[in-house]
Amino acid sequence: MKKTGADIFVESLRHEGVKTVFGLPGGVVLKIFDVLCQQKDIELVLTRHEQGAAHMAEGYAKATGKPGVVLVTSGPGMTNIVTGLADAYMDSVPLVAFTGQVSTNLIGNDAFQEADNVGISRPCTKHNVLVKDVNELAQTIKEAFYIAMSGRPGPVLVDIPKDVSTEKAEFKYPDKVNLRGYNPTISGNKHQIKQAAEEIMKAKKPMIYVGGGAVFSDAADEIRELAEMTQIPVTMTLMGLGSFPGTHPLALGMLGMHGGYWTNMAMHYSDLLIAVGARFDDRVTGKLSEFCPEAQVIHIDIDPTSIKKTFHAHIPIVGDVKAVLRQMNVMLRARDGNVSEVKALRAPWLKQIDEWKKAHPLTYKQDSKITKPQFVIERLFELTKHNAIVATDVGQHQMFAAQYFKGTKPRTWLTSGGLGTMGFGFPAALGAQKAFPEKLVLCITSEGSFQMNLQEMATAVEHKLPVKIVLLNNGFHGMVRQWQDLFYEGRYSASYLGKLPDFVKLAEAYNILGLRAEKPGEVESVLREGLKHKGPVLMDIYTDPYENCYPMIPAGGAHHEMMLEDPPELTQAKKGGSHKRKVDEGEGVLPA
Amino acid sequence: MEHIISVLVENKFGVLARVAGLFSARGYNIESLSVAPTLDPTTSMITIVTAGDDRIIEQIMKQLNKVVEVLKVVDLTETDFLDRETALIKVHTKPQHRDEAIRIADIFRAKIVDSSPTTYTIEITGDVDKVEALINLLRPLGIRELIRTGRIAIARETTRTTSPRREPALLKS
Repeated sequence: MKKTGADIFVESLRHEGVKTVFGLPGGVVLKIFDVLCQQKDIELVLTRHEQGAAHMAEGYAKATGKPGVVLVTSGPGMTNIVTGLADAYMDSVPLVAFTGQVSTNLIGNDAFQEADNVGISRPCTKHNVLVKDVNELAQTIKEAFYIAMSGRPGPVLVDIPKDVSTEKAEFKYPDKVNLRGYNPTISGNKHQIKQAAEEIMKAKKPMIYVGGGAVFSDAADEIRELAEMTQIPVTMTLMGLGSFPGTHPLALGMLGMHGGYWTNMAMHYSDLLIAVGARFDDRVTGKLSEFCPEAQVIHIDIDPTSIKKTFHAHIPIVGDVKAVLRQMNVMLRARDGNVSEVKALRAPWLKQIDEWKKAHPLTYKQDSKITKPQFVIERLFELTKHNAIVATDVGQHQMFAAQYFKGTKPRTWLTSGGLGTMGFGFPAALGAQKAFPEKLVLCITSEGSFQMNLQEMATAVEHKLPVKIVLLNNGFHGMVRQWQDLFYEGRYSASYLGKLPDFVKLAEAYNILGLRAEKPGEVESVLREGLKHKGPVLMDIYTDPYENCYPMIPAGGAHHEMMLEDPPELTQAKKGGSHKRKVDEGEGVLPA
Repeated sequence: MEHIISVLVENKFGVLARVAGLFSARGYNIESLSVAPTLDPTTSMITIVTAGDDRIIEQIMKQLNKVVEVLKVVDLTETDFLDRETALIKVHTKPQHRDEAIRIADIFRAKIVDSSPTTYTIEITGDVDKVEALINLLRPLGIRELIRTGRIAIARETTRTTSPRREPALLKS
C-alpha cells in the first residue's frame, strides 16, 4: 500500500526506535505534524524556540547515547537550529535534524520561508541531504541515522520539501544502507596497538588523556582497566569528564586552561601521553610548541582527521577507542601479570603528582558576606551524593562545575565544549530529563547564559520536567569580566549585565518554583529545598561578581605557566579602589 | 609544494560544494579544479591542484576521505602521473602579426579553432609548462581572452596508486 511522505517519515522513525522528537511546527511541515499527532509511539516535545529543540536533542543524545531527533520548519525554523547543529558537530553529538523545505517546484524562487537549508548547514553537519523524491525518503532516513551514530558521531540534516511529505510512495523500510564512500574504521591496527602496549610498559611518567570520544564509545570500563592495570593517572578534557570516576585515586581531573595545577604539571613533564578519543584542542594544549615537550604520543581516535591535526602522534591508532583499548588491554594482560612491579615503576611518578597536588590544590577563599561560586558547586556535589546528571552553560560557572563536581559516571556531564554555546545548558538538561524522568537533573548556569534560552521554562512545565536550575548570579558575563580584569586593565566593556530580571518572579511567572539565596548562609537551605522539590525549580544564588577562576593558563601559555591566583596588581587594584571599573555597582539586582 | 589530488565522488548534486567548502572552511586554496563524470556515470572525478606543506596535505586527504560521498582519494603527486590542461587563447592579431601567430601555434602543435579579421582563437592541450610557454610567446601579440580548463591527471599504469607515505588504514579503498 502506498503511504504519504509524512507517514513514511513517522514509520521510519518508529523503525529507528525513536521515542521522542523535539521540535516546532510551521507551514511546510504541517503534514508531518498532522501525522505525528495521530499516533502514540513517538512523542513530540514542543519547544518554544527551535534552538531549544536542537539543544534538547543534544542533551537527550549525550545522556542516552541514542540519536537526538529534531523536527522544524523551513527558513527561520532551520536557521534557528544552526547553533545547535554547529554545537553538535564540534562535540560529536549524534543528531538527526529534519527540516521542512518549500515544495520542490518552488525551491530557488525565494518562496515564503525558504532558505537553502542544505547549503547553510553544510559546514556544520556531518552530512546533509535534500530529499527530492518521496521514493528516496525512507532510504535517506535510514542512512541519516546510520551516519549520525556510526564512526565519529555527528549531526545529520534531512531536508524534506512540502510536496515530498504529501506525495505517496510504496513503503518498505530498508534493512541496509547504501553508502559506498562511508566505512569507518573500528578495530585498530594490531601492529600499532602492540607498539603502543610496549611503550606503555616502558614509560616512567605516563598519562592517559581522555576526551569526549571515550564517552560516546562507552569506553569507561576499558579506561579504568587500563589505568588500574598499568597504574597510569587519568586526566579528562571538558568533554571527557565522567569517562573515568572523578573520585578515583588515579583521577587527575580536568586539564588545560582551567585544569588543576597538578594535572597540567603532570602533562608537561610526562614522558608518554595516551590520548583516547581526544583532539588536542587549543583550550587543552595551550602553547602547542611547549605542550608535553618530553612525551611520546599514542593517539587513539576513530576520526583520522583528528590525528596529527594540531599535534604530532608517534603511534597513531585509527579505530573505535573501546575496541582499541580492549585489544590493548588483552595484550597488556598477557604481557605482564606482575602488578607490584608496575606499581613500583610508577610509584615515583604518582608521588610527584601527589606533591604537586598538595602544593597547589584547587582552592578558594570563603567569604562571610558573599557566596563563592565554588562553594555552591561543592555543596551540590555533596548534597546530590555525586549522583546527578549535570548540564552546564558556558563560562565561569561551567569551569567551576568541571573542577568541583567530580562526576563518576559517563553520560552524566552535559556541556558545550567545542563551540562554547551559552544557552545550551537549560534545554540540554530538559532533553536529558525527558530521557530519564526519574533521575536528578541539574542545570548549572548563570544569569548570562540562562537568559539565552529561558523561554524553555514553559516546555519544562508542560512536559513536567523537574530540572533543578542552579543559577550562579554574579551580574556579569563572568569569564569575559575575568579576561578584562586580567588582560584589559579592568575595562568592563559589555560584560556587566546591569538590568537583570528578578529570576524568582520570572520562574513564578512560568509556574516554576523560584528560590533565592542572597547570602552565603542561605545557600545550604535553598539548595536543600530546591533539590527536594518535586517539580522544576530555579535557585537564584547571588555569587561574588569578582571571583576569578583559577588555575588558568593564559591564552598562548604553556602548561607549566599557570596563574594560580589574582596577580598582585589586580589584588591591589581591587583593594585600593583604583580598579578601573566602568560600572555603577548600585544598579541592577546585585547585592550591595 | 604543489599537489594534484584525484577525488572520486558520487555523481550527486551538492558534492562539489561539499568538497570545495572543505577547502575554503580551512583556508586552503584550490589552484585549479576540474570535474566530470567517469566511465561509471554514477561517479565523477574531481581533480584538484592545491599547495601546502605535508601536514596540510595530509589533513586535506583525510578531510576529503571523511566526506560521505567521496569514494577514493589519491595524491597523484606522490606517484608517476600524466597531467594535461587545455587552454583557449584568443589572440589579438593585427595584419602584420597574423603569420606570426600561426607560426607560434604550429611550433606547439596547437590548433586555430576560430578566426576573425582581428583575432585567432588558439586551442592548446599539454602539460602546464607547454601551455604556459605558448601563452608567454603569444603575449606580445596581445591576448584578448584566455580560458584554461584546469588540470586533469592520471597515474601511469606501472606505478602504485596509493601513497607509500600514508597509513593504508586512512585511505578508503
